[in-house]
Amino acid sequence: MSGVLDPQGPVAAAERLILIDATGIMLVIVIPVIVMTLAFAWRYRASNERAVYRPDWAYSGQLELIVWAIPTMIALLLGSVGWIGSQALDPARALISAVPPLHIQVVALDWQWLFIYPDAQVATANELYIPAGVPVQFEMTSATVMNAFFIPQLGSQVYTMPGMTTHLNLLADRPGEFPGLSAHFSGDGFSNMRFVVHAVSVADYAAWVATTRSAASPLDPASFGELSRAEQHPRIRVFGAVAPLLFRQILALSAPIPAVLPTAP
Amino acid sequence: MSAQPASLDGPASVQLTVAYGFWIFLLSDIIMFSALFAAYAVLVGQTAGGPGGRELFDLHTVAVETLCLLVSSYTCGLGLVASEDRVPARFYGFFALTFALGATFLVLEISEFARLIGASAGPSRSAFLSAFFALVGLHGVHIAAGLLWLCFLVAQFAVKGPQAFLRRRLGCFALFWHALDIVWVGLLSLVYLMGSR
Amino acid sequence: MGRLSWAAIPIHQPLPMAASLFIIVGFLVLFALVSWKGWWPYLWREWLTSVDHKRIGVMYILLALVLLLRGFIDALMMRSQLAVAAGGAAGYLAPEHYDQMFSAHGTIMILFMAMPFMVGLMNFVVPLQLGVRDVAFPTLNAASFWLTAAGALLVNISLVVGEFARTGWLPYPPLSELQFSPGVGVDYYLWALEISGLGSLLAGINLVTTILKLRAPGMDYMRMPVFCWTALASNLLIVAAFPLLTATLAMLLLDRYVGMHFFTNDGGGNAMLFFNLIWAWGHPEVYILILPAFGVFSEVFATFAGKQVFGYRSMVMATMAICLLSFMVWLHHFFTMGAGADVNGFFSIMTIIIAVPTGVKIFNWLFTLYQGRLRFEVPVLWALGFMVTFVIGGMSGVLMAVPPADFVLHNSVFLVAHFHNVIIGGVLFGGMAGYNYWFPKAFGFTLDRRWGVVSFWCWLVGFYVAFMPLYALGLLGMTRRMQHYADRSWQPYLIVAEAGALIILCGIVATIVQLVVSVRSRDQRRDLTGDPWNGRTLEWSTASPPPPFNFAVLPSVDSLDAFWRRKQASAPHPPAARVDIEVPSNSACGFVTAVFAVVAGFALVWHIWWLAIGDMTGGVLAMFIFGWTERRKTTIAAEELVAFDVRQRTAVT
Repeated sequence: MSGVLDPQGPVAAAERLILIDATGIMLVIVIPVIVMTLAFAWRYRASNERAVYRPDWAYSGQLELIVWAIPTMIALLLGSVGWIGSQALDPARALISAVPPLHIQVVALDWQWLFIYPDAQVATANELYIPAGVPVQFEMTSATVMNAFFIPQLGSQVYTMPGMTTHLNLLADRPGEFPGLSAHFSGDGFSNMRFVVHAVSVADYAAWVATTRSAASPLDPASFGELSRAEQHPRIRVFGAVAPLLFRQILALSAPIPAVLPTAP
Repeated sequence: MSAQPASLDGPASVQLTVAYGFWIFLLSDIIMFSALFAAYAVLVGQTAGGPGGRELFDLHTVAVETLCLLVSSYTCGLGLVASEDRVPARFYGFFALTFALGATFLVLEISEFARLIGASAGPSRSAFLSAFFALVGLHGVHIAAGLLWLCFLVAQFAVKGPQAFLRRRLGCFALFWHALDIVWVGLLSLVYLMGSR
Repeated sequence: MGRLSWAAIPIHQPLPMAASLFIIVGFLVLFALVSWKGWWPYLWREWLTSVDHKRIGVMYILLALVLLLRGFIDALMMRSQLAVAAGGAAGYLAPEHYDQMFSAHGTIMILFMAMPFMVGLMNFVVPLQLGVRDVAFPTLNAASFWLTAAGALLVNISLVVGEFARTGWLPYPPLSELQFSPGVGVDYYLWALEISGLGSLLAGINLVTTILKLRAPGMDYMRMPVFCWTALASNLLIVAAFPLLTATLAMLLLDRYVGMHFFTNDGGGNAMLFFNLIWAWGHPEVYILILPAFGVFSEVFATFAGKQVFGYRSMVMATMAICLLSFMVWLHHFFTMGAGADVNGFFSIMTIIIAVPTGVKIFNWLFTLYQGRLRFEVPVLWALGFMVTFVIGGMSGVLMAVPPADFVLHNSVFLVAHFHNVIIGGVLFGGMAGYNYWFPKAFGFTLDRRWGVVSFWCWLVGFYVAFMPLYALGLLGMTRRMQHYADRSWQPYLIVAEAGALIILCGIVATIVQLVVSVRSRDQRRDLTGDPWNGRTLEWSTASPPPPFNFAVLPSVDSLDAFWRRKQASAPHPPAARVDIEVPSNSACGFVTAVFAVVAGFALVWHIWWLAIGDMTGGVLAMFIFGWTERRKTTIAAEELVAFDVRQRTAVT
């Protein structure tokens, strides 16, 4: 099992529940309809002389009422699920937790993922580290074309769009490794646009931050420009420091990515 | 006069069918304009640091353009009535006026576009200007097509006389011309007047 | 020659080269055959310049079936690629080709297979069911068909000269803008769709006017066949939605050709605007496709159960409700764009509401079967297959209409399975049912039943084998449009999916065999009375195939299922009046317009400005020349009408 059938966080778990419930509600209609289709077709086949044949029976007020009522009731029920679920699981809505959230900034490139950890002042490309049990608030954009940031086992996907930010709140219940991907086609290198999410314990996360800070390369306009060149076979990169305001600069950018970014937003 | 509804009488006449079909086409055309109006509404604020409506629109020219179009609709209507006349002079006169007024509108609009492009406010300057040029430009393209169509129709009238199929087509032209007026009123209000505030 | 050069022909790429050679050789063989047999005059006179709705309908369906083959080959190749490209394997299709393939597959199947199939059926059947001689504007009708064919041709030319779009079947910006797609692919797509979109719009205007203004005497709205109601709803949607497609693609063209900033990353462009506008067309488009199929099933069930369709009034209301509601749901195609909980919630509710009239229709069909006498002819098999398959697809759709569910399923292969479920189970099955049902009316003999049954079962089984694994894979986290994948545990599912595609291939082959066998043995299955199925509606009251003027006497109608009532009452209809009638003569206008359109499209794609301007000027001149005189008419003498009438009465008795 993987993907949404194996949730590792509350968002994904809630979404799986909705999937199962909604399917169940609809099967209540769908299975009888399929059975009736096959049953009526068989019973009222032309060669069955014993079946009643009423060629002019084409209306029944009672049946009309039922025929409109049943779909309407199911629609009311599912509509409520849709409305309530849309509110409760709005990706931009902060998760209820005693623990303060961690902020992570996400930039989609061709065809890589850049993760900036503003509190820790480090950055990684094509792999993501998060502490388990801590709600994570993703602030996302794209430097090129539209993509969608998606970690199936943790929950919702949201589009990443150039020139603007979108928001997503997720939480991993326990440590583990989960696949992440782009869920919106973005060009020839799209199939490789994958990353691994490492959910680690809070202590391990702090240790990872400390180790990463001592990594040599910083993420600044020059190294960002080099990173963002079109790459069909991305590899994992680690950056020990992040130039101030870099994410804002990337956001303000709506033109082709130059080798060197302007210093002021 | 039968009391039963028209739908029971069988197929409608050619005149009715042609006019009805043309109406449906005009409605579809207005929907095409509405997509551009929607794009304009979304992009009107996106001037990319460049000029907006307030800096660019010259309401005097727009007023003259509006007058030209409205009067040309009037003369078109008069010309349509005159197409039944035995004396064709009024028919030719009114449609010549219609053409002249429409052409004046076009000349004014093209010079407005040229002025904007010369002032570095062309359609590739910003999303606002793209939407403006496309929306107003689409209307202008319709006017130009209409003028071409009008010349062709009048030529046919001159050579063949007021035959039934030509009068049907002239009726369609008149509908087309009036519809363009309606679109212009929308443009005037939503683009020029609102954009100049 | 603009940016056209010899490099545009894919000499160094074996697969496109092979495909191009196949198409070119195929065309050459066809031309050679036609020339050698001396068929050109016949083809020109009877088909290429025909303005007869029956001929045009047949040509639409022929176009659809040919493009079904092209689109299906793309599908088979994609399935084969995914069956092998697991773990580190790259497969045999490079990303550049694979990306063009799924873009072409979707574009062709929706716009050049499903649309022409449905429009073709409506073209052929509606005037006959309404009891009139033709559509409102026959010459325009021909132009609509040829413009659609022109678009299809342009898409296929891109295989030989240049490339196709690599964006998916909807060219979302910023990927489709010049900055990220500098080649000719997106331009081919845009011009092909602008041209064929115009054809579709004109067909919509034509059929709406026909249904609302041209009906037999006595046929008020509530006496129209259900198929005509669904055709009306579908064509109203065409008239309202296609202008949006034209405008939106034009905006993208302006961005690409003139440097405007509607959807670009710079200059203030807004890619989200494209999503909203294109889906404001895109959602009605899928209802444009499914509504005529619903109509086919209503006709098929009623005829073969020997029973009036159950709940006619509520069928009509449900149809018009679907028509209206289809304009209010478009955002469900991008719940994940982040419009917010309230907006998402609104569109979720609207989407779920539209399932209500659809459910009503399903129940009405069930009760049409109830206490009927169902004959298991081939159209009925397709209809029963639809009932079972479509409700599953509808279920997966309503599932994704719940935003939190969509957040984990959007753009996955679960979505791909859903829309194939409803389009194959609904539109294609409806097309095949209609094809088998009305074939004898069009050609005067029924199709071979045995091969029809084989085709049906291959399609049904093949569909489930090909797409049920995709539902599972979507839940396991596989997204769509992947050219290769890392998770080896997905491979067994994809191998099963490929097997399903091969079973469907058998179904397609069976359909072709069915046609060949049927033509060869047509004398044994001649339809001599014009009513091979004991039908209920007016098209069965005239000969098979109908004469150019459809009916000797325009039928007078006083109830629903007028022909059936007449047969029950054994009432003859009045004899043909001794009056000459006029029908429109052939015209090359449609064909010529399309030729100009193809050249213009090609020239604009390759930036050959002199050719484009010259061609468009020529096209306008040609329109003036065609329009100079009134549409010519052919007189059909009263004697011919009376003779036909006498023959038909004799054949029936």
